[in-house]
Amino acid sequence: MSLLPWTIYLSFAGAFVALVAGARCKCAARVTALVFSLAALGVTAFAAFDFTPGPALQTLVNVPWIPQLGVSYHLAADGISLTLVVLTGIASVAGILFSWNIEENVGEFFALYLALIGGVYGVFLSADAFVLFVFYEIAIVPKYFLIAKWGSTNREYGAMKLVLYSFIGSALVMAGLLWAFASAATILKANGYAPSFSLSVIAQVAAQFSHAQQLGMFALVFTGFAVLAGMFPFHTWAPTGHVAAPTAASMLLAGVVMKLGAYGCLRVAIPLFTEGYAAFAPVIGWLAVIGIVYAGLVALVQEDFKFVIGYSSVSHMGFVLLGLAAGNLASLGGAVLQMFSHGIIAGLLFAVVGRMVYERTHTRNLADLTAMPLHKLMPFAAVVFVLAGLASMGMPGFSGFPAELSILVGAWKTSHIWTLVAACGVLIAGAFTLKVVHVSFFGKANVFEGSQEKARAAHDFPPITWPEKIGALILVASMIIIGVKPGLLLNWINPALESPAFQAAMNALKGGL
Amino acid sequence: MNATINYAELVYALRPEIALTLGLLLALGYDMAFGRRMSDCARRGVAVLIGIVTLASAVFQTLHTNVPPVGHAAYWFHGAFVYDTLAHGVRLGVFGLSALTLLLIAGSIPHSALRTPHFKHPAEYVAIQLLATMGFSLMAVSNNLLIAFLGFELASLSLYVMAGFDKTSRASAEASLKYFLFGGMAAAFMLFGFSLIYGMTGTIVLPEIARALAVQGPSPLLLVALVMVLVGFGYKAAAAPFHQWAPDVYQGAPAPAAALIASASKLAGFAFFARLLFSGLGTVSGDAINFGGPAGWIMAVIIISAASMLLGNIAALAQTNARRLIAYSAIAHAGIMLLGVIAVRAEGAGPLFYYALTYGIATIGVFGVFAAIERTAPCQRISDLAGLWKRSPFLALVLFVCVLSLAGIPPLAGFFGKFYLFAAALYLNGLMSPAGWLAFLAIAMSAVGLYYYLVILKAALVTNATAGTSASTEKIRVPLGTVIALATSAALTIALGIWPDVVLGLFK
Repeated sequence: MSLLPWTIYLSFAGAFVALVAGARCKCAARVTALVFSLAALGVTAFAAFDFTPGPALQTLVNVPWIPQLGVSYHLAADGISLTLVVLTGIASVAGILFSWNIEENVGEFFALYLALIGGVYGVFLSADAFVLFVFYEIAIVPKYFLIAKWGSTNREYGAMKLVLYSFIGSALVMAGLLWAFASAATILKANGYAPSFSLSVIAQVAAQFSHAQQLGMFALVFTGFAVLAGMFPFHTWAPTGHVAAPTAASMLLAGVVMKLGAYGCLRVAIPLFTEGYAAFAPVIGWLAVIGIVYAGLVALVQEDFKFVIGYSSVSHMGFVLLGLAAGNLASLGGAVLQMFSHGIIAGLLFAVVGRMVYERTHTRNLADLTAMPLHKLMPFAAVVFVLAGLASMGMPGFSGFPAELSILVGAWKTSHIWTLVAACGVLIAGAFTLKVVHVSFFGKANVFEGSQEKARAAHDFPPITWPEKIGALILVASMIIIGVKPGLLLNWINPALESPAFQAAMNALKGGL
Repeated sequence: MNATINYAELVYALRPEIALTLGLLLALGYDMAFGRRMSDCARRGVAVLIGIVTLASAVFQTLHTNVPPVGHAAYWFHGAFVYDTLAHGVRLGVFGLSALTLLLIAGSIPHSALRTPHFKHPAEYVAIQLLATMGFSLMAVSNNLLIAFLGFELASLSLYVMAGFDKTSRASAEASLKYFLFGGMAAAFMLFGFSLIYGMTGTIVLPEIARALAVQGPSPLLLVALVMVLVGFGYKAAAAPFHQWAPDVYQGAPAPAAALIASASKLAGFAFFARLLFSGLGTVSGDAINFGGPAGWIMAVIIISAASMLLGNIAALAQTNARRLIAYSAIAHAGIMLLGVIAVRAEGAGPLFYYALTYGIATIGVFGVFAAIERTAPCQRISDLAGLWKRSPFLALVLFVCVLSLAGIPPLAGFFGKFYLFAAALYLNGLMSPAGWLAFLAIAMSAVGLYYYLVILKAALVTNATAGTSASTEKIRVPLGTVIALATSAALTIALGIWPDVVLGLFK
């Protein structure tokens, strides 16, 4: 377990080495990135075998950092963190395999990529609000450059929009956290203790905050994190950003960066400000179900293949937020499982669309794609996409099924209407997934006269490369393993949710609703 | 307090200033005696070297001064000078920042250089900069309205000359004249305010003023005096609505002079301002914790601060000139530092000092990069930065670090400065106080700030210099002095961000 912080250090070290190596040789940068991300995944796997599930956060490192503010460099993990660290490890390795074909400024690309990954690992492992926030913001800037420099459609707009949304979100989080810290410090000082940024200390003191403070802090922190989680109506950065980003960056954005937001809500906002949580849970629940249905409907009518996936991400993240809002063991556990599951599935969908299809056909327009019989031209991509699509629709046997089922079962206990609306969302997801599979991969040649030239050119597609195949297989395998045996992760997640902090939040919610 | 005048104490108090005076005389004398026979490059090198050695000896003298423990202060020379951790820190800070900007003018100029006539009289430039530094240092230790004013004016007059040092450039002359006119007017306001305060209290020593005002309480005359002082200081600090000179000066002045104006001058000015307001006028501060408390200068400072943040950040969005953009961002940062002045009440001067110091270091980095680019091609418009990553990865990297620090991205120093300062402001009464609202505005405005900082970085790192644009594609050779200065500021920006307690340790 104590090795887990090395995921962070390996990623940042890898970023530096890749930058240096990339100046000499492209291949060196790629291999460096792969080696370092594999090493981080290896460390994670090692830690996972060593892990004893339990309700407490298990401290990995704890050294004083900035005594003036009561900041300690405190990293800790429980089952929830570990689940997301595993997700990050898998997604980062797959992302590197899918960006093997980057030719411009390779060193810089992988340096930014690994810096982003390092920040993400850091957020998932932090047990101190300051440390968490630092890692959270470290993850923002690389996104801008990854998209603005290596992106496609409308990249500068998409990059700026995405980064500003993230930064405004983090500004709200900062305001809320600082407020909580300052109020907690006043109480702590009155009782003769030093101020502290430790999440557990603030959580204990937060019970003494006034009702207005609880509401204000929860609203600021939760909204700030939820922007990144793609909560309706703050989700618009997600589709634009995903579409503009290069494949690996879309995989990371949808796969792990949106989880940062959801994780922040779960780890910081909910246990710290239980009164605020109880007061706002109904609002969050409604926004979540509106997001599920709305984003699903929007996905149904998109012309651009990547926009379909982008909106489907928003829709699926709505389930995570619904799980958080419903606030019982089943729904919260389902929410964490959905974070993992969606991370894998969205990564795979973006990989197929962005790397396998777009890099070869140079179009993402569904009307053009339908003129190419892609299931014949690239059967591998078609098979992978169908599998990912099935998982995304929530078919049993894939990871999306236990996650969404668990969320819906949990939500039913809290509100029947939410569950019914969200269930409609599942149907809509089925509809747009089937539609897009049908139109893009199983189209008939010569349907549209104007697209014939493109269809003819299609026969010269380069074959699917080995890195792509390996990357896809890793993701498909994780998706199926968790689908068949969700207990692997739930055995980590559920004990963590039994910790006093989460129990207090769930009890507050029971009293509130 | 006895009536005898102890000159030994005066010498002890002013050792760094004495070192600076000797150094500047040496620089001028050496240049007069030998400079004309030397090559331009050597002449500049010697002048800068003398300047650096002088500043190093001033630092040495400062380090060998007894610093009273935190929360205490030593008074020298009948209360004319005060020495505490803030004075100590500011002295070290301004000497360091001044040395960094001096290094920017060292080094050889490639053949393709544009006219850079301010390098023609390097010894004068160095001497004037040392004079300015002396003014900053005096401001740091003054405990007396008169000494503070002398320090202010010594620094300002030197800075006017430095802003206009590029004698063949119209922009430089314009910058100097504007700076002089606005600065002169500000000095008049400030002096008038000081004289009213003296008239009311009969003393110019800050703690005695506080005692006298505590007895007298607020009065209309005091209000006039406060407004005069705030207006004067607002001009000096380039806070809105007294900021008009800043964009022109930042644009027209030689880059090293602009760097000094933006860094050491700010640090010393804000440190003295905080001292004046808290130890001199602290008894009439008014209430920062609740709305509707007694009136005082805090409300006025809050209004100026909010105006600066709003105007600075929003006007920066519209800029196409990189230096004007940095000037507007400086106005926004001045707004945040004013918030830091208010937060002195909660956490002491630590957050303000850390913020002003790290802001200065990052700004020197940015101006240093501009100065280095200017050696081969003009560097005014943002589009002039295009392709910098290809032309000089070193400069691009320094710009990346320094601009992100200005934007407040961790783990850089600018982030921690912001974070600590806002935390201190929220100590007052969370988000439910005037100071808390101001902090919230500052946090919200930082998102606006990120936009224009990214515009600069996009130009430097993402955009390629193409034939259609004005940007040159020529590789930039960076002279050694600039490399040292830039590498130091980037390294400090990173190191102080990761280990902020190195600086904060002074204050707690």
